[in-house]
Amino acid sequence: MAFEIVAASRAEQAKTTPWRHVIRTGLALGAANLFMAAVGILIMFQNRPIIVDTLSLGYATLGITLFAAGLLVARRGLFGHRDPTIVAGVVAGALAALLPALLAVLMSLLDLRSVFVALNPPLFMMLTFGQQPALLGVACLVLLGAALGGVGALFPFLDDRVRRPLAGGLVAVGLAGMLQELIRPILANSGVTKPVHDLLYSWNGLTLRGAAIIFVVVGLALLLWGLNRRRIETAFGGLEPGARRRLRLGCWGAVALLLALFPMFAGNFIGQVLLVVGLFTLMGMGLNLEVGMAGLLDLGFVAFYAVGAYTTALLMADSPFALARLSFWAAMPIAVLVSLLVGVIFGIPVLKIRGDYLAVATLALGEIVRVIVLSDAAAPLLAGASGILQIPRPAIGGFVLATPVSLFYLTLAACLLAAYVAWRLGESRLGRAWMAIRDDEDVAEALGINLIQVKLLAYGLGAAFAGLAGSIFAVMLGSIYPHSFQLIISINILALIIVGGLGSLPGVAVGAVVLIGLPEMLREFGEFRYLFYGLAIIAVMRLKPEGLWPSKARLRELETEREAVTVPQAQLADKRS
Amino acid sequence: MARDSLAGARPAWARRLRNLHRVTYVDVVLLLLRVGVIVVVVSGTVGTLLKGTYTSAQWFDLFMFGLTIGGVYGLIALGYTMVYGILRLINFAHGDITMTGAFAAFFLARSFERSGFLDAHPFLAMGCILLLAMAVCTATALTVERICYRPFRHVATLAPLICAIGASFVLQHTFRGMFGSSVRSYPDPAWMDGRIDLVGFSVPVVQPIVIGTALVAMLVLYLIVQKTKMGTAMRALSEDRDAAALMGIDANKVILFTFVLGACMAGIGGVLYCFVYKQIYFFTGFLPGIKAFSAAVLGGIGSIPGAMIGGVVLGVVESTGPALFFDGIGIPAAYQMRDLIAFTVLLMVLIFRPSGLFGEALARKRA
Repeated sequence: MAFEIVAASRAEQAKTTPWRHVIRTGLALGAANLFMAAVGILIMFQNRPIIVDTLSLGYATLGITLFAAGLLVARRGLFGHRDPTIVAGVVAGALAALLPALLAVLMSLLDLRSVFVALNPPLFMMLTFGQQPALLGVACLVLLGAALGGVGALFPFLDDRVRRPLAGGLVAVGLAGMLQELIRPILANSGVTKPVHDLLYSWNGLTLRGAAIIFVVVGLALLLWGLNRRRIETAFGGLEPGARRRLRLGCWGAVALLLALFPMFAGNFIGQVLLVVGLFTLMGMGLNLEVGMAGLLDLGFVAFYAVGAYTTALLMADSPFALARLSFWAAMPIAVLVSLLVGVIFGIPVLKIRGDYLAVATLALGEIVRVIVLSDAAAPLLAGASGILQIPRPAIGGFVLATPVSLFYLTLAACLLAAYVAWRLGESRLGRAWMAIRDDEDVAEALGINLIQVKLLAYGLGAAFAGLAGSIFAVMLGSIYPHSFQLIISINILALIIVGGLGSLPGVAVGAVVLIGLPEMLREFGEFRYLFYGLAIIAVMRLKPEGLWPSKARLRELETEREAVTVPQAQLADKRS
Repeated sequence: MARDSLAGARPAWARRLRNLHRVTYVDVVLLLLRVGVIVVVVSGTVGTLLKGTYTSAQWFDLFMFGLTIGGVYGLIALGYTMVYGILRLINFAHGDITMTGAFAAFFLARSFERSGFLDAHPFLAMGCILLLAMAVCTATALTVERICYRPFRHVATLAPLICAIGASFVLQHTFRGMFGSSVRSYPDPAWMDGRIDLVGFSVPVVQPIVIGTALVAMLVLYLIVQKTKMGTAMRALSEDRDAAALMGIDANKVILFTFVLGACMAGIGGVLYCFVYKQIYFFTGFLPGIKAFSAAVLGGIGSIPGAMIGGVVLGVVESTGPALFFDGIGIPAAYQMRDLIAFTVLLMVLIFRPSGLFGEALARKRA
């Protein structure tokens, strides 16, 4: 069967002529532009400037797709030489711009807005560059596509020493413009960096002058690095091994220290974002034990988060529903224990369910919990939809952890502890048993692994991590409602561990930063974050199944899988000769 | 095999008794779960019937509503069951595929209603609406198949399911972006509004319409699967994929045909669902999707009649359940527990009888 597929895809490749590929690439990126226009992403991005009065995120996105059309065509190397490749890039870029241009024409002829809410006049203005005879604007758009496509096709032919600084400078400008809410408070806070801030930014964003400065500085730095790279590397290689290791360790230590101190200077907004990232990292590490290590796809994971939060609330809150008035430090361990217990109890009924069915069964379990908590029947105990209010903040001695930044440090400590536990678990006998049942349950059982015990431990320990996160969540908000614990949280966590790399601890943090932190930071994303999650899940599964920061074991597995595929082909070739 | 027949010689209870020392805490918990559900169902039923809060007309209303919504679940469940039968894959995005068709049909139905066409030519208008929904569902399903399932067709991991979860999100939020997040009310033509007499009880007209449409659609599907060449190929493929391929069946074509059939049923089901509940928004597909999946599991996933009957059974249980089971044990606002019933049925079937009511052996392979 596998051989058939290989043969079929080869036949398909042989059928594709270079020009067909160009047209297909152009139309695909044009379709992507149409999609972004129809869903409303383009117009939302249009409202966010990268460089004030010069470039908006919307135009930048449009430009990137047009540039990518040329780049993708050139990367295939179907035309060989530079000049025909550039012509191909021009065609692909023009095609990628043609589809949104046609949309603009259609919008001027018909009223599409009664059906598609996003196809509104501002989008029309954007696509036609505000030109009065709209056709002129449409022609501009197609010409721009052709030009950017050509540049994109030229790009791979540039010398490495030129290309790197160019790309690096552009990326740096983009980041400085998009992350201005993050960068500006830090720069403006201290007297030393205030002049830098005034040089680069005006009150509403990155100025053209600032963009030019950043582009030149970063470009020059990369250029120098490119010219001297060989020399630095030989100097580093010339050191004795002990010194080399110390240097590397020192660098990592400095980076870690900077990252740890960073929220203190960044202010409460960033503190809040990092706090949420930390909570999701914590839950991600828990789900990672279940999905990444033991292969148990759990879509009801949010229930454990809810158990942790509700236990903490019931033990701490100043409300008629509370059972006790404990301090956070007494309530949190109890919440973690209760979550662990609930995890085990959840695990028992679904022990014998495998694979895809398990996902649906756990989803049902999670939803059952939510329906019960929301219902009037459980309201006398759990307060129903109105939630439990008045949960006090945790305090160390007399110091109350009230600000997001101080709570972030609490979360960071919890994360470090959890990461250590997860790391030791992964290396332990239990971790190996989990991986064994993930790879083949029957074989694992035959090898003497106690499936019941090992699976229940996976559920219980995973749930304990989520319980810890839920406990912090409860004191962070000061009040909890059943609506905070929707299925969507489970899917969020699943998405972030997949994007980070299944089974990989640093991957969880990377996934949380990318999927939780970035959308929190870029407020405009808010509405579309779930769309991005879905796209990210599919893209990662298709293009990079090992994730952004894969674990070593997973990489090894993928490697052997690839070898297993290639070996029979080699044998086939042997037989033929 | 031999061990089974040997053990079969002794009565079942004697076997259980002999193995009593092997009972673990897991078995105890599962037994408690089983007993708990039975106690709630029996005591609730007895309590409700003794109290006599509901008249027979009310019971009939609930029952008819259950049949109606159950027919819809059955239609959507067919898509799950057929795809599972051939690919051993849960098409997690099926509920949202249903939503896309119903959403497209909404715009057509709205324009028909405004122009008066819907009232003037009910049959023609409904035909157009259903056709559009089927076409849109088919297009969506084929796109999802191409992007999310085909690359993983020969990979036995969680990858296709995870991709399907992603696809479900993309569909929901694409529609949210394109058409807004507000809940829109579905058109409500005059001929669908009244009540008619049926065996001595009066029922809303929409219910017989929905049940009738669902029955016709299921009948057509059954004929396609049983009588046409493509249907035979489908059944062959779900029996044994390699043998079918050796017989010259083009697996790819049959898989696509299966997705098309499932999507057509989902298109009809989605439109009917919206005509029953009279509203639509981007999240409309989730609940009927998960309930239809429960129905498919209840009927025995992979079995086509199972999905139809599972849908009807689930619909009736879900509709009469809150009143029957929960009122009797004194739970306030029992209607809130409606979704609980579908989820509990799903869970119970998965735990205790993964092959469902009419399950074939294949369910045992993976569950």
